[in-house]
Amino acid sequence: MSITLDRICKRHGSATVLSDVSLDIARGEFLALVGPSGSGKTTLLRLIAGLERDYDGTIRIGGTDVGPIPARERRIGFVFQNYALFRHMTAADNIAFGLRVRPRATRPAAADIARRVAELLALVQLDGLGTRYPHQLSGGQRQRVALARALAIDPQVLLLDEPLGALDPPIRVELRAMLRDLHLRLGLTTLLVTHDLGEAAELSDRIAVLRAGRIEQIGTIATLDATPASAFVFGFLGDSISLPAPDGKRALIRPDEVGLTPGDGPAVIIAVHLGIRQTRYTVQHGPHRFDVVLRGAPHPGLAAGAHCTVDLSAARIVSA
Amino acid sequence: MQRRLLILAAALIAVLMLVLPLVVVFTEALSAGPGRIVEALSDPDAQAAIWLTIEVAAISLTVNTIFGLAAAWCITKHDFPLRGLLVTLIELPLSVSPVVSGLVWMLVFGAQGWLGPWLRGHGIGIVFALPGVVLATIFVTFPFVVRPLLPLMQSQGREQEEAAALLGAGLWRTLWHVTLPEIRWGLLSGILLCNARAMGEFGAVAVVSGHIPGATETMPLRIEALYNDFQGAAAFAMAALLAALALLTLAAKAFLEARTGRLAGPG
Repeated sequence: MSITLDRICKRHGSATVLSDVSLDIARGEFLALVGPSGSGKTTLLRLIAGLERDYDGTIRIGGTDVGPIPARERRIGFVFQNYALFRHMTAADNIAFGLRVRPRATRPAAADIARRVAELLALVQLDGLGTRYPHQLSGGQRQRVALARALAIDPQVLLLDEPLGALDPPIRVELRAMLRDLHLRLGLTTLLVTHDLGEAAELSDRIAVLRAGRIEQIGTIATLDATPASAFVFGFLGDSISLPAPDGKRALIRPDEVGLTPGDGPAVIIAVHLGIRQTRYTVQHGPHRFDVVLRGAPHPGLAAGAHCTVDLSAARIVSA
Repeated sequence: MQRRLLILAAALIAVLMLVLPLVVVFTEALSAGPGRIVEALSDPDAQAAIWLTIEVAAISLTVNTIFGLAAAWCITKHDFPLRGLLVTLIELPLSVSPVVSGLVWMLVFGAQGWLGPWLRGHGIGIVFALPGVVLATIFVTFPFVVRPLLPLMQSQGREQEEAAALLGAGLWRTLWHVTLPEIRWGLLSGILLCNARAMGEFGAVAVVSGHIPGATETMPLRIEALYNDFQGAAAFAMAALLAALALLTLAAKAFLEARTGRLAGPG
């Protein structure tokens, strides 16, 4: 189902958490919400799920205004950062929960529930672990159970709140692949909140960058990188150098996009830092000092104190 | 050396203050011979006191479990204005002298109280009757179920309940299948502590009950009455029974806590 947010505002007491957020997520789209902590991304997710109330604006899921619909009737698959598994239930019982709590008229028969649970366990690659309790599972396995539990209710949309945030890097990579695979297979409209831009880039069709309760820019990772709406977006995507440009604008460039040519030039190398297959040079260029990264070992002509020319032609110009 | 002395002192104080009174109660009760104990406890007024104590404890436990659970659920799983005030109010019975709380019930329901004349006009007896004893006991023992639940439920957060709601579970199902299993041992131990206190409550009950033997006299009141009446043997027999009930409750609580410690796995 599509999700449409129309001018959402949300306050917590006197603090404004979200202001005037409008967003269209197409049916089957995978959208990532990124931003620094406190930018309102988790609040936005919880509003869509119905876990937070009292907001201004309209939230539509599949065209229906869900404002008056309580969380339990929204049929939303939600995955929490810390799994939120029911600790006294086995993995299988956790997954079956959403089916067992249905009203008698729509509740599947016990045999059908068991079959569905087995299917879901296989889907998240946990065959045979249904009888384990959460404390007998690893973090990655727990999050797989949580994912299967969310999928069991055949959700209209899938909301993932930092689902990989509590996991170790190797497990994170593994689960990332599984999430991508599941999205390809099931085609569920998915909203992912993350602070890991690599995760957002790999999984999502589009990325929305939030800053202090507002959407700064929405687009593919390529668009955000090539034509950032602001220095904030560009800086959020990676290391960046921001220099003043004519007409009060800013020139934005990545440290590895700057060219350095040894020889007579206006810039001076201040320091050279060794890296892995790359070298970082601290450069004084007029009144500005910034770091430039070049591939390979240190260049003999670019030792500390040497003069050089700086090529900034790859910079993007944005209004400040 | 100093550490050993300190430990010795602590042990000595514990024995003197906590163990010795119990030993005295039981030896005094048994010194007159088991025949006297049976005799003292089979007196009709004694029997009435025992049953009244059990009845009052049972009612108070039921009420305090339901309201305690409701209060803890509201406070820890929901946000509402004046939440802090409610938490403070819950602790009120712990800080107010039981005699004072007994007097408050007298002020409200007593013959000269606000509602006294109206109640008497309708033939409803609260003070000097079972309802008064029950009300006084409920008030005094209210915190014992809620108090241990608050930090427990607070530390568990709300995510499991939120997950249950998003999976389509209603309030009762969430409470029964998600919240209660998580807190069952804490709840049980609170109930047992509440029981020990309910059976032993003296001050508040003494004020509202009117000490009517065979009608509103609970075990603690009966013990005091017997003792003041120079019936030492009977008083100690009753005291021993009450102490035994309390010890039984505490043992059950300790057993539960040991069990919880074992069951609590990681995560």
